[in-house]
Amino acid sequence: MALAHLRYPGTVPSATGRREAPRASARRNGAKGTESATAIEARDLVRRFGTLDAVRGVSFEVAQGETFGFLGPNGAGKSTTISMLCTLLTPTSGIARVAGYDVVADRAEVRKRIGLVFQDTTLDDYLTAQENLRFHAELYGVPRSQTGPRIDDVLEMVGLVDRRASLVRTFSGGMKRRLEIARGLLHSPRVLFLDEPTVGLDPQTRTHIWGYIDELRQREAITIFLTTHYMDEAEHCDRIAIMDGGQIVVEDTPERLKASVGRDRVQISTADDEAAICALEERFGLDAAMSEGMVAFYVAHGEVFVPRLFAELGVAIKSVSIARPTLDDVFMNYTGRTIRDAEASGSERMASSPWMRARRR
Amino acid sequence: MSQVPIDEAARRDEPPSRPPGSGAAATVQHRADLAAVRVAGGRWQDDVRAVTMVWRRELIRFSRNRLRIITSLVQPILFLFVLGTGLSSLMGRGLGAGGSDFKTFMFPGVVAMTVLFTAIFSSVSIVWDREFGFLREMLVAPVRRGALVVGKCAGGATVATIQALIMLALAGLVHVPYAPSLIFSLVGEMVLAAVMITALGTALASRMAQVESFQVVMQFVVLPLFFLSGALFPLRSLPTWLAVLTKFDPLAYVVDPMRREVFDHVRAAPAVRTLFAGGVTWNGWNVPIGVELGLTAALAALFLGIAIYAFGKTD
Repeated sequence: MALAHLRYPGTVPSATGRREAPRASARRNGAKGTESATAIEARDLVRRFGTLDAVRGVSFEVAQGETFGFLGPNGAGKSTTISMLCTLLTPTSGIARVAGYDVVADRAEVRKRIGLVFQDTTLDDYLTAQENLRFHAELYGVPRSQTGPRIDDVLEMVGLVDRRASLVRTFSGGMKRRLEIARGLLHSPRVLFLDEPTVGLDPQTRTHIWGYIDELRQREAITIFLTTHYMDEAEHCDRIAIMDGGQIVVEDTPERLKASVGRDRVQISTADDEAAICALEERFGLDAAMSEGMVAFYVAHGEVFVPRLFAELGVAIKSVSIARPTLDDVFMNYTGRTIRDAEASGSERMASSPWMRARRR
Repeated sequence: MSQVPIDEAARRDEPPSRPPGSGAAATVQHRADLAAVRVAGGRWQDDVRAVTMVWRRELIRFSRNRLRIITSLVQPILFLFVLGTGLSSLMGRGLGAGGSDFKTFMFPGVVAMTVLFTAIFSSVSIVWDREFGFLREMLVAPVRRGALVVGKCAGGATVATIQALIMLALAGLVHVPYAPSLIFSLVGEMVLAAVMITALGTALASRMAQVESFQVVMQFVVLPLFFLSGALFPLRSLPTWLAVLTKFDPLAYVVDPMRREVFDHVRAAPAVRTLFAGGVTWNGWNVPIGVELGLTAALAALFLGIAIYAFGKTD
């Protein structure tokens, strides 16, 4: 309904044949990356803040229509990278092109073609939802005849039609986020940037937001670039890049990344963790490490291995859990620690960056 | 850049780097996006839309905050009717034959004060916009920064003028006649002052990162501007140090013309007129109203230029 003509407001003459462009197939082509243009292209992006190397040589490409996610702990350089792509931050070195334009040389051209949803809200609380959208439409020069229908469309898409005349200050966090996503789409951008779209929201609202984003992915040919530090959210992406310490550690589809781990994760808590790690190494040849207060290691078939473990470990085992590979394990596999461990150690680094401090304000 | 025809826009939209033979399907899709994608292209119409919208936002926010409208009238009313009455009785009623008293003298000063406080408050609200993130939404938009600054200043100036008009409506209570020629020129001066002060506030706000800085601006800029402007006491026969300071206060060149015009319309003894509305002098030269207003306009342009420049540099 509203979504179907989101990119094609009623005022666009169908005689031009533009309406007939098949969105879904365009998207499929885009996702396969066969012939379509590259939406985002980054080569050796570097950003330094004083002595801190926030981003250390990042390269990747995102095809038109693709949903691409940056996954990593806080302080991994995701927000810094997204800020460079959005022209908000100048790279120390390296090149990035978004929608075909250089983010440094053609800043204005890039800005016209991207939609931004920041980590922190950027709405005017004292305006209504509709007034916030109207403001955006006027600043982005959406043609006057299309402004009304466009606002209706995006409001319907995020389910805020009946709240259009309410002041934004009466909105919940989730509603504000939805309104910001609607606003980011208002001027029909080529690329929508979502920086931690669900940070600070409760689990139910997060699910909701992802519902909207998934719907958007399916209905529109839009390219979505997002960052998240929630592993489960990365499953919504066509492709993800795992970032750690300012670099891309690995980049692939979530399925293939999980398949690459191929082993079950076993976590045990024991009477003597040190001894357990040594025993695992000596008797089973396993490389175990402490993670979240438990001894963690990978084996091909967890359910077969555990009985042996009890029989042969020689250290009293208090509890045991086995898990099929998740993106957490992918992260662990490539970085040697879980994302939560990484956040614990990365938080000091983050606090020392003036940019991060500014962003959090 | 001048463009409009869709095909023209289509070419503009084509990424320059795109390889020539990249498939018909992709091109169709590319073009198809266009109908909806065409956005602000740096034309003057786009800037006008941006200015108008930023201005409208200020007015919407102002009209929605009735409490602010009322509370910001409390201070000038206290000054005019409480302080003014008190000082009048101190000086005796023999000042003017036609019933004019110290309140009549203070009236233009209090109107200027209303402009000053409202305009500064409006423009410094940029700091709140920054705090609550909305400034980001404005700064990342593909419009000239100058358009945002002009819109903001126009909005602040409009709001300040409206507030001062409410004060101006009280003229009759302090024996100032509602002569059309007087009201007309007073309103003109209010607008000019409002623009000048809003531009000053915007220039200051461009460098302010925290809400706390607002307090600093109040203490170090607004209050000195107010006290040295001659809004509360005549600038004639002051000790030299104070007289010199007042000549560097831009607001003095707004209060003075307003006061001279008010005294042109009330009956007052010549001695009183000279003391109260004698005008600003530069080294003995009585500065004409035209020069004072010209100076104010020049300062408005200067502050606006600084504000536009400063915002062009913020990220």
